[in-house]
Amino acid sequence: MQYSEKVLDHFTHPRNVGEIEDANGVGEVGNAKCGDIMKIYLKVSDDGVIEDVKFKTFGCGAAIATSSMATEMVKGKTLEEALKLTNKAVAEALDGLPPVKMHCSVLAEEALRSAIADYYKRMGKDPAEILGCSMDCAACHHEHDEHAH
Amino acid sequence: MKRFVYADNAATTPLSETAFNAMKPWLTEFYGNPSSLYRIGREAKMALNEARTTVGKCLNAAMPVNEANDYAPGEIIFTGGGSQADNLAIRGFMHGPTAKGRKHLITSKIEHHAVLYTCEALEKEGFRVTYLDVDKYGRVDLEQLKNELSEDTALVSIMAANNEIGTIQPLKEIAALAHSVGAKFHTDAVQAVGHMHIDVQEMGIDMLSLSAHKFRGPRGVGVLYVKKGIALEPLVYGGGQERGLCSGTENTAGCIGLAAAMQEAVEGLDEKMGYVKRLTDKLVKGVMDKVPYTHFTGDPENRLPGTASFVFEAIEGEGLILMLDNMGICGSTGSACSTGSLDPSHVLMAIGLPHEIAHGSLRLTLGEQNTEEDVDYLIETVAQVVSTLRSMSPVWENGKPNLTAASELHEHH
Ligand SMILES: Cc1ncc(COP(=O)(O)O)c(C=O)c1O
Ligand code: FES
Ligand SMILES: [Zn+2]
Repeated sequence: MQYSEKVLDHFTHPRNVGEIEDANGVGEVGNAKCGDIMKIYLKVSDDGVIEDVKFKTFGCGAAIATSSMATEMVKGKTLEEALKLTNKAVAEALDGLPPVKMHCSVLAEEALRSAIADYYKRMGKDPAEILGCSMDCAACHHEHDEHAH
Repeated sequence: MKRFVYADNAATTPLSETAFNAMKPWLTEFYGNPSSLYRIGREAKMALNEARTTVGKCLNAAMPVNEANDYAPGEIIFTGGGSQADNLAIRGFMHGPTAKGRKHLITSKIEHHAVLYTCEALEKEGFRVTYLDVDKYGRVDLEQLKNELSEDTALVSIMAANNEIGTIQPLKEIAALAHSVGAKFHTDAVQAVGHMHIDVQEMGIDMLSLSAHKFRGPRGVGVLYVKKGIALEPLVYGGGQERGLCSGTENTAGCIGLAAAMQEAVEGLDEKMGYVKRLTDKLVKGVMDKVPYTHFTGDPENRLPGTASFVFEAIEGEGLILMLDNMGICGSTGSACSTGSLDPSHVLMAIGLPHEIAHGSLRLTLGEQNTEEDVDYLIETVAQVVSTLRSMSPVWENGKPNLTAASELHEHH
C-alpha cells in the first residue's frame, strides 16, 4: 500500500482543520469498523454559498487527507455544487487512493452531505427532498454497495 | 532538532558487522554448491554444518554425532525464515508419523499469522484446533490448557514471546503439561532468540522456530530446531537438502550469517539486554508520564527487554506512524487502518482492548544500537505527535477523550 505525494501532503499539512464556533451546518459520520469518525462544520451564507468549512477527523492518513481535500474543494462553492462532489472526485484530486482506502473517501463525502443536510434542517427544509436520502448513513450503509467496506 | 531513530526492531534489525563479515566470503569467493563433490562444494557443506553446530550450541541442543559424521545438534533445519519454520513445524508434524494419528492441536489466540493461518488450513483438512485465551497481559491460560489437553492432542504450539506486546510465556510449564499427555511442544521463538535465554533441553522444547533478521542476521533465513526422534512431512520437495524437509540449494551465506549473528547475540545477551531494558524502561515511563489517556500493553514484568507498546485514546495508529515517520521515527501499529483489514490486531483484541481504543496503538521496539538520546527524542516526539493528532480528533474534547461517540457508532455493527 502506497500513498501518493498529494495524500501525504494533505495528511502532513491538512487544510481547514478545526471547528467553526457559529457554524450553521454540522455533520458527523463514522465507520466504526475501520475506526474512522469525521466531523464537518459549515458556515453557509444567506445565498447558499459555503463561506467557511472546517473538519475534525479521527482516522488514518487517508481519512485525514480526504477530509482536507474535500473541504478545500467545496470552500466558496454553492451547496448545489458541493452536493455534486463525489468521493471519486476527491480521490482523483489526491492522485488516487489505495483500493483498501477508498472507503475513507466515502466518509468525507458522507460527512459533507450530512453537514449540508443539517443546514437544510436548520433552515426548516426537508433534506430528504434535496439530497434524495435520509442522511442516516449508519442505517443506509448496508443498502448502498459503494458503502461496503 | 530532528534525528533518525529506528525503533522497530521487532519488525527487523540492521545486519551486524560481525554477521556481514562472516557472510561476505560465501557470497563472492566460496560460491560452491554445498551438494557438489569438489573442494569448493565440500567447503561450503562444512561451513554450513559448522553453522548448524553453532545454532545448536546457542540453543543448548543435545549434540549427537551421526554416522555421516555430520554434526547434528538435535536437528537444525535451515529454512527461508521464521514463517517457513512455523509452517514446517506445525503442518509437517501434524501430517507426519510422530503425530501417531492424533488429530488435535493447541495454540493461542495471539500467535503470529504464520502459526494461526497454518492452523486454520489444518482445520479445513479436518484437524481440530484449540486457540487458547490470554489474560490482559497476554499470558496464556494454563488452566484452560490443562483442560483442553487429551490423548488426542498431538502438538501444543505456543510462542515464546509475542511480537506486538512482548509478553513472554511460561515455556517450561507449557512443555511439561503437553508432555503429560504424550503431546509434543513447539514454540515460535522468532522474537525471543537473541533477546532472552533459551535452553531447549532445560525448557523441554521439542521444536523451535527462529529467524535471523530479528537478531541482526540477514532477512530470509531461519531455522527449525527439531528434537531427535521427531519425523516431519517435508515442507519443500526436491533435491533432498535439509534432510529432505526443506529442499533447495542452501543459502550458504545466509545460514552462516544467521549463525554468526546468533552467536554474537547469545554471548553478549545479559549485558546487551540489560542495556536495552534500561532504555525501554525509561521510554515507557517517559511516555506514560507525558501523555495522558495512554495505556501500556503487555506484561509489565515478563516481557521482552526491547518492547514498549502503548495505546493512545482518541487517535488512530496509522496517522501516528506517518507523522512519526515525518519526524524521522520508525515505529509500528496494530490499527486496522494500517493492516488494510477491518479489525485492529488480533493480539490487542485478545488482551481485551475495546475496538475504539485499540485503533490507537503504537509499538516501539528498541535494540542495542539505540541510545539515551534516541529515547529522549522518542518521548518528546511521541508526546508532540499524539497531541497534534488529538487536536484534530472529533473524539478529543477539552483535553480528554469523548469516546461515547465511538462506542455508539460501534453498536451499528
Ligand atoms: C512471532 C513471529 N513469528 C514469525 C515471524 C515470521 O518470521 P519471518 O518474517 O522471518 O518469516 C515473525 C516476524 O515478524 C514473528 O514476529
Ligand atoms: S449517503 Fe449516507 S444516508 Fe444516504
Ligand atoms: Zn481508514
